[in-house]
Amino acid sequence: MSEFDHDHNDNPGVSRRRVLECMTWAGTGVLWTISGGVPRSLGLVGSAMAAEPAGMTFLQISDSHVGFDKPANPNALGTLEEAIARINAMPVKPSFMIHTGDISHLSKAVEFDNADRIISQAKLDVHYVPGEHDFLDEEVKFYKERYGRGTMGAGWYSFDASGVHFIGLVNVVDLKAGGLGNLGAEQLAWLENDLKGRSKSTPIVVFAHIPLWTVYPEWGWGTEDGARALDYLKGFGSVTVLNGHIHQVMQKVEGNVTFHTARSTAFPQPAPGTAPSPGPMKVADDKLRTLLGVASINFKPGDQKLAIIDTPLQG
Amino acid sequence: MLSVTPRGLGRLAIAATLTMLLGAHAHADDTNVTIDNFTFSPAELTVKVGTTVTWKNHDDIPHTVVSAGKFRSKTLDTDDSFSFTFTAAGDYKYFCSLHPHMTGMIKVE
Repeated sequence: MSEFDHDHNDNPGVSRRRVLECMTWAGTGVLWTISGGVPRSLGLVGSAMAAEPAGMTFLQISDSHVGFDKPANPNALGTLEEAIARINAMPVKPSFMIHTGDISHLSKAVEFDNADRIISQAKLDVHYVPGEHDFLDEEVKFYKERYGRGTMGAGWYSFDASGVHFIGLVNVVDLKAGGLGNLGAEQLAWLENDLKGRSKSTPIVVFAHIPLWTVYPEWGWGTEDGARALDYLKGFGSVTVLNGHIHQVMQKVEGNVTFHTARSTAFPQPAPGTAPSPGPMKVADDKLRTLLGVASINFKPGDQKLAIIDTPLQG
Repeated sequence: MLSVTPRGLGRLAIAATLTMLLGAHAHADDTNVTIDNFTFSPAELTVKVGTTVTWKNHDDIPHTVVSAGKFRSKTLDTDDSFSFTFTAAGDYKYFCSLHPHMTGMIKVE
């Protein structure tokens, strides 16, 4: 947990809805439901199982880092497998899953193969966006070949499900020295066009790997031109932005936009500024397991505040 | 890796003197740049033309070393190294293309 205030909006009307808790645990997945056209987080899979979501539900998993074998988690494939097993144990099958990038650790074919072998066991459609770890192969072709068919540019696209418009963006290519994540002019033009003429009452879900809002620029946790993307989303009644990359949950609400980052299935990263670097956070072996899925995110209908609740899987 | 010939030693000695005179941040025998905690160290290094600089990644996360139009390493996993020999004087700004907030500079004299 951190006392760090991640909400930079000083508007008192918004501060009431602030979420001040910032958790650093590795986790399983986040279950989302569309009820009354507004996406709500039902919490991590462990607690979501107890909920009885109405309407369409979908899952977000992130940062699987298949191939990672360092001390922070020597078996990242194993924890991904556990996450998928928990998804399979859910009483209500979600409609589909999104994966917000860093499927692999080093973009090796075997890492993507292993990730696919495990994730496919959920028997769900999976909509991916790439993380920077998915573009490391020499020819930078594996991601596009495997996950990016029919997408634009480096892998951006949109689709509709149950009246919600989903937009997958790529902000991990062509990064500039000294800068943050980057969408680029071509993708922004595409986004503007994608939203043009769309009814403002259409709920929008935007997902990308690196947070679209500035979380902590000192560690590169933000997107250089993210504000331009958000400009195009102004006027829409409900916008939900789902990101990964920082391996911890952070949320904020700004006007009609809800921002959320998901946990990793592989290893936790420190809260901003609490460590010398954003590198993998090593915790005691027995603690990692008790941390997996330990925090749940709950958005109760009628309550403006997203609540984060500790729910250990073990111990 | 670094191989020091008698001639190279002389060059190092001269460079060391120059470095002291110029009050530069790095020592002339610093032809290695380490990557620890998402940071290039030393962040700025001054070398002579002909020097080979070697970057080594000590992090648990891969990094790259990229100087636009000049050199570009492969992805460096933990303990991987990349070397580049500087054959022309100038300031070579570089960064990690995965974590662009990581920047550094090699000054070649």
